[in-house]
Amino acid sequence: MALKDITLGQYFPGNSILHRLDPRTKLLFTLLFIVSIFLCKFVVSYGLLVVLVLLLIAVSRIQGKAFLKGLKPVLFIVAFTAILNLFYTSGTVLWQFGIFKITQEGIWKAIFMMLRILLLIACTLLLTYTTSPILLTDGLERLLRPLKKVGFPVHELSMMMSIALRFIPTLIQETDKIISAQKARGADFDSGNLIQKAKALIPILVPLFISSFRRAEELATAMECRCYHGDEGRTSLRQLSFHSRDVIFLIFSILICATVCVLRYFGL
Amino acid sequence: MSAIIKAEHLWFSYPDATPDQPPILTDVNLEIEAGSFVAILGHNGSGKSTLAKHINALLTPTQGKLWVDGLDTSLPENLLPIREKVGMVFQNPDNQIVASVVEEDVAFGPENMGVPPKEIRERVDRALNMVGMYEFRKHSPHLLSGGQKQRVAIAGIIAMMPQCIILDEATAMLDPIGRRETIDTIRMLNRDYGITVILITHHMDEAAQAQRLIVMSQGHVLADGTPKSVFQQVELLRSAGLAVPETTALLYELKQEGFSVPLDAISDEDCAAILAELLG
Repeated sequence: MALKDITLGQYFPGNSILHRLDPRTKLLFTLLFIVSIFLCKFVVSYGLLVVLVLLLIAVSRIQGKAFLKGLKPVLFIVAFTAILNLFYTSGTVLWQFGIFKITQEGIWKAIFMMLRILLLIACTLLLTYTTSPILLTDGLERLLRPLKKVGFPVHELSMMMSIALRFIPTLIQETDKIISAQKARGADFDSGNLIQKAKALIPILVPLFISSFRRAEELATAMECRCYHGDEGRTSLRQLSFHSRDVIFLIFSILICATVCVLRYFGL
Repeated sequence: MSAIIKAEHLWFSYPDATPDQPPILTDVNLEIEAGSFVAILGHNGSGKSTLAKHINALLTPTQGKLWVDGLDTSLPENLLPIREKVGMVFQNPDNQIVASVVEEDVAFGPENMGVPPKEIRERVDRALNMVGMYEFRKHSPHLLSGGQKQRVAIAGIIAMMPQCIILDEATAMLDPIGRRETIDTIRMLNRDYGITVILITHHMDEAAQAQRLIVMSQGHVLADGTPKSVFQQVELLRSAGLAVPETTALLYELKQEGFSVPLDAISDEDCAAILAELLG
């Protein structure tokens, strides 16, 4: 099993302006962009966002191939939604065969739905491809910090996220080891029906769970030894700071969102 | 020299232990000098790791007292100051690395202590340089070898600038190269930076490198002295289920056979010299 090939966080290190933006800026941009996508109504606004995404992809200097690879898993959903919308939208009938009919409205709707999903995925890919998971966690922690006042455990959440990120490769290595160990004992993971295959997973999951609990306990002790006591009085090696480019980019994102609103008002 | 660690009539048993279970530590009295390199040797269940956890205030004595640099470990308000003074490196390098980038992990301790960001940067760079891992600072820990991971863990402790480092079987899971790397690193820290090192181990050859050797058995101190003097007590060590270094064992056998040889040779060279003299 090629567990080592799994990429998580899918960060592509680089030095483009998108890479250098503060993670908070990028998170806010993504949020504004998603809002804009759902406010889009017709060709002009969709066109604007498509051009914008393509432009940003070019600016990120990440190979287009990476984005195509990222979009691949949703292609089925995209096709499915497009077909549904194509055949089940009422309006001016262009072509009919039995119960199947294609309407002009249906064609537009199918295209827009496709664009909507593709744009959504593309803009989140832009975020995760250009931001390291650590910075992303950091950015989230800072953005959510005001929620601490209402008792939301912001620091604990981001600590959990970063520990999870830290241990994913370790646990993958461990799973590989357990699979080999069970295979050496004659376990069979490849044959049988679905139920048998699912049952075969138990001898992998049980040791993995047990060792995770043991790891958790040891890690907690080690963290305590290093004076961990929550975020009270805690400082950070990484300091996030807004630069003029962040301000420009944020104003730019707000303007995009506003433009889409205006276009929507005019039904474009 | 003053004692950085002082234990007086230290007893410990887990609160949930049944009355017929013997206590894990029984009347331990100990003083460890600041700047020394002490090895604690013992079998599984001898209480050596439990003792180490007391020094870091992870456990507090059931009876008796333990002071770290004059601070009583049983007082809750001393907890953080003690942990800033005494760092601990554990057995499994994977389970003590918190962050997914080496330098982030080294920064974890100072971050918790509230050190200003600029100083954290300096401390992290210095600590990584000291253990020779600076060039790996941007690496992901899971891509490092066992010895390298353990050196990162040590750097994480050094960055907190403690007076004392405890290594709790820190080499047990490493291959010979990793063990060598780790032991060399901590010897250098002790020699060049005057950090007190407490090395908990069951490897004779590691224990032999310390200035002072404490042997624990069944929760109390069985022998205490320089490695040379301790290893001469062959019967005592064997009664505690411990082996002696092969060199000492060889000389001991010869002595049993009636040859007059000293038992205080630990290194291969010393042993060879004694044998050469014996053979004329």
